[in-house]
Amino acid sequence: MSALAIGGVSRTFAGVRNGPPTNALLPTTLAVADNDFITILGPSGCGKSTLLRIVAGLDVPTSGDVQLDGHVVTGPGADRGMVFQSYTLFPWLTVIENIGFGLREKAMPPARAAEIAAHYIDKVGLRGFENHYPKMLSGGMQQRTAIARALANEPRILLLDEPFGALDNQTRSLMQELLLSIWESERKTVLFVTHDIEEAIFMANRVVVMTARPGRIKAELAVALPHPRHYTVKTSPEFSVLKAELTEQIRVEALKAVEPGI
Amino acid sequence: MKPLEPVGATRKVALGLAFFVLFVLGWSVATFGGFVSRTFLADPLTMLREGWTLFAQFGFAKDVGITIWRVLGGFVLAATLGVPLGIAMGAYKPVEAFFEPFVSFARYLPASAFIPLLILWAGIGEMQKVLVIFIGSFFQIVLMVAVTVGATRRDLVEAAYTLGASATGIVRRVLLPSAAPVIAETLRLVLGWAWTYVIVAELIGASSGIGHMITDSQALLNTGQIIFGIILIGIIGLVSDLGFKRANRALFRWSVA
Repeated sequence: MSALAIGGVSRTFAGVRNGPPTNALLPTTLAVADNDFITILGPSGCGKSTLLRIVAGLDVPTSGDVQLDGHVVTGPGADRGMVFQSYTLFPWLTVIENIGFGLREKAMPPARAAEIAAHYIDKVGLRGFENHYPKMLSGGMQQRTAIARALANEPRILLLDEPFGALDNQTRSLMQELLLSIWESERKTVLFVTHDIEEAIFMANRVVVMTARPGRIKAELAVALPHPRHYTVKTSPEFSVLKAELTEQIRVEALKAVEPGI
Repeated sequence: MKPLEPVGATRKVALGLAFFVLFVLGWSVATFGGFVSRTFLADPLTMLREGWTLFAQFGFAKDVGITIWRVLGGFVLAATLGVPLGIAMGAYKPVEAFFEPFVSFARYLPASAFIPLLILWAGIGEMQKVLVIFIGSFFQIVLMVAVTVGATRRDLVEAAYTLGASATGIVRRVLLPSAAPVIAETLRLVLGWAWTYVIVAELIGASSGIGHMITDSQALLNTGQIIFGIILIGIIGLVSDLGFKRANRALFRWSVA
C-alpha cells in the first residue's frame, strides 16, 4: 500500500514586478510505498525542493494534492518529519533538548521523552554531547542531531532536503552510511532530495530523476543493490552501471538548465 | 594592529582606563593651568569637594535615590507594557498593521516637548516624571521588539512546524527564545535613554532629584556641583549598563558561548 500519494502536484510562483510567473514544477505524480526509500535526483533549480516542501506542508501546490494515508495534506505536521539543508537546530536548546522538541510539543511526560531522546542520541552517535549547544558542534554533528530530532518524533514519513549538501565529502559519506543503517534497522518511509548521483543511488530503493525547470519526473530507476549496503558497494560494477545511466540523464538536464536554448 | 583581531582581557581594561585618565588629565591641565576660567569650569578637585559637600550637608543621597526610583519606575512600566505589545506585533502581522503606523509616528514625538503638557495634566509630582520617561521609552521598545521578533529565522520556524508545533508553540518556543537576547539588549539601550529623559524632566519642574540639584547649582554658578551631578549620572549609567550586560551574558549563554 502506498503511504504517500503525490497527485498531479504543480507549483507556479507569481512573477516578480509584474513579470511572467515562474513555473517551478509541472504536474507531478508519485506514489511512495510503506518502508520505501526514494531519492529524488535533479539539477539545481528543478523544483525538487519545492516538491518536498509541498509534501511537508510548508508550501501549497498550485494544482493537485498530497495525501498521506488517504488524508489530504493541508499544512505542516508531526507526521512528516523534515531535515533541512541549512542548519536548523534551535540555538538556545542543547542537543538533547533539540531532540526532545517535538515530544515536548506533544506534551509527553518528561521522563518518557528523555528516554526516547537518549535512545536517538545513541543511534546517531552523539553520546557525551547531550548538553552541548549547537554552536559548539561541527556541521556533521548538527545534521546528526537534526536527523535524531526528526526521528524521535516518530513521523509517518521522513523528508530530507539535501541534508548533507553543506558537508565535506568524507563527512557526507559517513552520514550516508549512518542514515542508511538507521533505515535498515527501522525501515522508515523516506523521501530524500539530492543533486548528488552517487548519494541518490547509494541510499535509495528507487531513484526518481527530475528534469530541469520547469521540473517534472523524467525517469525512475530501481536500485536492486542488496541490504545491508556497505560503502564498498559504490565501487561495484552494478553501481557503476546505474551511475553511468543517471550521469547521462542528469547531464542532459544540467545542460538545459545552463543553456535554455538547447 | 590587524583588523578585527581580539585584544587581551587585561590590555582591554588598561586601554579603557587609560582614556579616563587622559580625560581627567586634559581637564586638569585646562583648569589648573588657568586656560579656562573657574567661573565656567571647575577643576577636578573642586568638583570632588563640592560633591562631598552635597552628600554631607545637603542630603544629596536622597536626590540620587529619587532620581533612580523615577528612572526605574518609568522604565519598568514602559518595558512591562511595551515588550508584550512588541512581541504581539512581531508575531501577528494584522496586529502589526494595526499599531505600527501609529507607533512609528509616536516614536518621533519628542518626550521632552511633552513636559509642559504633562505638568498641566499631572502636576510636578512623581507621576509627571514617570510619564516623561514612559513616553520616551515605550514606543522605542515596542518598535524594536516588534522588528526583532519579526526577524526570527524562518527556517527555524519551519523546522518547528514540521516537528508538530502549534501557533502558540511557535510563539512561545521559537519566536520568544530566539528574540530574547536582542530584546534584553534593546532594554539595556533604552534604559540609557531613560536616564536622559529623567534629567530633562527634573531640570524643568522638580523639587528634588539630580536634575533639580543641577538647576539649583546653575543659579549659584557652582560649576563644580553641576559637573559632579553629570559625572554621577554617567557612573550610575555605567554601573547599570555593566549589570545588564552581565545578566544578559549569564541568561543567554547559548548566544555568546
